Amino acid sequence: MGRLLIVEKLGKRYECTRVFGAEKEVTALHDVTFSIGQGSTLALVGESGSGKSTLAFCIACLERPTSGRIIFNGKDITTLDEKELREVYPEIQLVFQDPARSLNPRFSAIEIVGEPLVVQGRLDKLERESRARALLAQVGLPQAKALQKAEEFSGGQRQRLAIARALALEPKLLILDEALSALDCSVQAQIANLLMDLQGLLGLTYLFITHDFAMAGHLADEIAVMEQGKLVELGAADKVLGAPDQEVTRRLIAATPRLTAEAPAPRAV
Amino acid sequence: MTPLLHIQDLRVAYISRDGKKSPALAGVDFELGPGEILGVLGESGSGKSTLAMALLRLLPGNAEIEKGAVLFEGQDLLRAEPRVLEDVRGARIALIFQEPSLALHPTMRIAEQVSDVLAAHESASRAARGQKTLELLAEVFPTDAARIADSYPHQLSGGQQQRVLIAQAIACGPALIVADEPTASLDPTTQQDILLLFRTLRGKFNLSMILITHNPALLAGLADRVLVLYAGKVVEIGPTEQVLKFPHHPYTRALMQSVPAGLADPAKNRKSRMPVIPGEAPNLAELGSGCRFESRCVDRMDQCTQREPAVVAVSARHAVSCFKYGE
Amino acid sequence: MRYFLRRLMQAAFLLVGVSILTFLFSALAPGNYFDDMRLNPQISPETVAALRVQYQIDRPLTVRYGRWLNALLHGEMGFSFAYNSPVAPLLWVRARNTLLLTLTATLIAWSLALPLGIWSAETRGRLPDRALAGMTAALLVIPDLVLAIGLLILAVRSGWFPTGGMNSVGFESLSQVRKFRDVAWHMELPVLALVLSALPILVRHVRAAVAEVLDAPFLRAATSHGIPQRILLYKYALRAAAIPLISLFGFSVGALLSGSLLVEVVMSWPGLGPLLLEAILARDLYVVIGGVLCSTIFLVAGNFLADVLMYWADPRIRTGVAAN
Repeated sequence: MGRLLIVEKLGKRYECTRVFGAEKEVTALHDVTFSIGQGSTLALVGESGSGKSTLAFCIACLERPTSGRIIFNGKDITTLDEKELREVYPEIQLVFQDPARSLNPRFSAIEIVGEPLVVQGRLDKLERESRARALLAQVGLPQAKALQKAEEFSGGQRQRLAIARALALEPKLLILDEALSALDCSVQAQIANLLMDLQGLLGLTYLFITHDFAMAGHLADEIAVMEQGKLVELGAADKVLGAPDQEVTRRLIAATPRLTAEAPAPRAV
Repeated sequence: MTPLLHIQDLRVAYISRDGKKSPALAGVDFELGPGEILGVLGESGSGKSTLAMALLRLLPGNAEIEKGAVLFEGQDLLRAEPRVLEDVRGARIALIFQEPSLALHPTMRIAEQVSDVLAAHESASRAARGQKTLELLAEVFPTDAARIADSYPHQLSGGQQQRVLIAQAIACGPALIVADEPTASLDPTTQQDILLLFRTLRGKFNLSMILITHNPALLAGLADRVLVLYAGKVVEIGPTEQVLKFPHHPYTRALMQSVPAGLADPAKNRKSRMPVIPGEAPNLAELGSGCRFESRCVDRMDQCTQREPAVVAVSARHAVSCFKYGE
Repeated sequence: MRYFLRRLMQAAFLLVGVSILTFLFSALAPGNYFDDMRLNPQISPETVAALRVQYQIDRPLTVRYGRWLNALLHGEMGFSFAYNSPVAPLLWVRARNTLLLTLTATLIAWSLALPLGIWSAETRGRLPDRALAGMTAALLVIPDLVLAIGLLILAVRSGWFPTGGMNSVGFESLSQVRKFRDVAWHMELPVLALVLSALPILVRHVRAAVAEVLDAPFLRAATSHGIPQRILLYKYALRAAAIPLISLFGFSVGALLSGSLLVEVVMSWPGLGPLLLEAILARDLYVVIGGVLCSTIFLVAGNFLADVLMYWADPRIRTGVAAN
């Protein structure tokens, strides 16, 4: 199977202009290169400030990179104009970390899931409702809750809603930006299973952004490690976990809490 | 040896605007010895934060302590006078809240916020307090303490803010520190540092700690004992290794299996379905009369719907609340 | 520093913009002072024509604006047709009176709103809070005009208050102390009207700001440290609540200024309000512009003061959160 997403030497600089005083520049991404195979999962691991979210936004076309290319499904999406981009948006969807903030709490479940369909404007009201209900079923939410407001759902249920909404437009690539990090332990397992089931069922490709190496190790085929805007390590999950090349990778793996841990040794500074 | 803290049959309920009662803690019972770290394992809805707040009577207005006692250093905190309570808070028992960025005053410098804790309990001079503040900050910030002292909370990272909370907690030399999800919003390396800091402080000051979290892996290697909380009830309590490696209660067992073991044996576990606890945490306002975990339990039996299981000892220090192990 | 320079520049732009707009609207409004004069049979058409030339009414707008701006930079604000005197001295007297009224009302309104709002927040949900909410709602509903006229009727009927003006007859012959008391007595009613109109909004905002802080996690955390109630309220809660209240202060100055215009006219207080009204009706161009500019300066100064206070009170602005 081909590589669904190819990112080549991606760079992103932010400039802070001031009325008086010098311009300041921040480099969020520097020369990032990787690819994801269709139907597989790439875990992007890094600490806060490493540039993971900036990368996610660039791929989802919410930000424009300042250099480099993103080739999605054979097309270079960094050079597209507004109109052409609108065709690409449905194919790449995002699921965010905090379902309390990424969902409108006053909307009902069915409204939330149906919103992308409304925006897209292709289906009529009845078709939209039946598709929304089908999506709710697909993510394991009971039909009885379809009319409940988002604020009445638990954290795990809200995240299911966010996933259902992301699936509404039948995307090919799902970017999960720390989508499990805010959930309880047992709920993380539930949602992880859901994601794997959906991947098998719908042939989805995942970019799974996280700082949790344990979950990355469980879900991913390949793992990429980021540090300060650069991609420092990339390889098959087994290899990266078993024999990491980079110091930062070793450090992150060592910092991951384990059930079988002994008293933690002081971290080498 | 008399325990430092003894919680007896604590029952707390929340009352909604239309008068409905949700029992958040339904008879929590445990002891804590001096210098001991107890891990409280609980997910959302388990009552863990309610427990932390109830200890110091910091519950919101719509909560009601229905029953129980919190015996600490010879007195029942639930029935103590407000002045006594003010003396205990921060000085004998310190609470570290979730979300460090929200727990600090946005427009006061760090030094002042730490110094205020000292001022509340000690009558030293301003200069003496200033000196002690720097010492406390140096305890948690080996380098950099002076700069941090002068900063405002928004200028610090999450990990640094958490360390400030810890400095405030140890300021008056408490006997017990209760930390509610202290590493929830932190990076793994920062998390590791904070947990290590707890260990160091425990050794240095002989502190007792109650560490509340939903992630069992955090407690391994840090806690002496683990207490598992589900829907306001203690379902299992015992030495850490016992509870994590040989969990008895079906909930505990299922919880341990939810922790991805991706690092332990990669090739075998990759992309396999994780065993999950079916269903959701129960709605506390609509509980039946039986075991609270029954509806999600793979080992459920007939008697589980009829009454709640009593606490059964499975070994000297390990107890479970489940019909599987006795009546 | 950059923060203030930016604010000052914004203020300057605002003032220039307001002056241009006012000039335009006034000059473009149909008719001018001399049209009314022409209707007066006692003044000959030649006099009118000569006056028109003297006041350069028929020159293009841009030229007139330019000359006005030039004069302004020399400290003069044009000439009043109606009063037949320079505008500037006329304005200063009136502006001083308006400031006296507005500042007094601001002080009193805030002195009342703060304790009431805090008390309301402390007892939120309970009787005192609800009672205050009802009273403020009732006050809010009453239009300012009705309030002012109502108070005036009260003054007339009861004789407790003077029914207008700033000085009594024979003011000049009073001693200093008596003069002061006389003005104060005349101020009572207009200040009362202004305070009553501003109070409900201020109380509600204070209550909201304090209530939000009382429920904040950092306050619960401070409580858990055993910090005494008194310090929690006056140091921790107020300092945090101060921030939204300071920006409200800036707005309240502006609101009271516009409110004062109405009250001044109704109660014959010799401030900018009646002057502006007369000037507009008489097409006294330069007085209108001067008056509007004066009011705008007060407004901008109030907001600038709020900005300065915010800068001092909120370290997040001082250290530039955006830069982090």
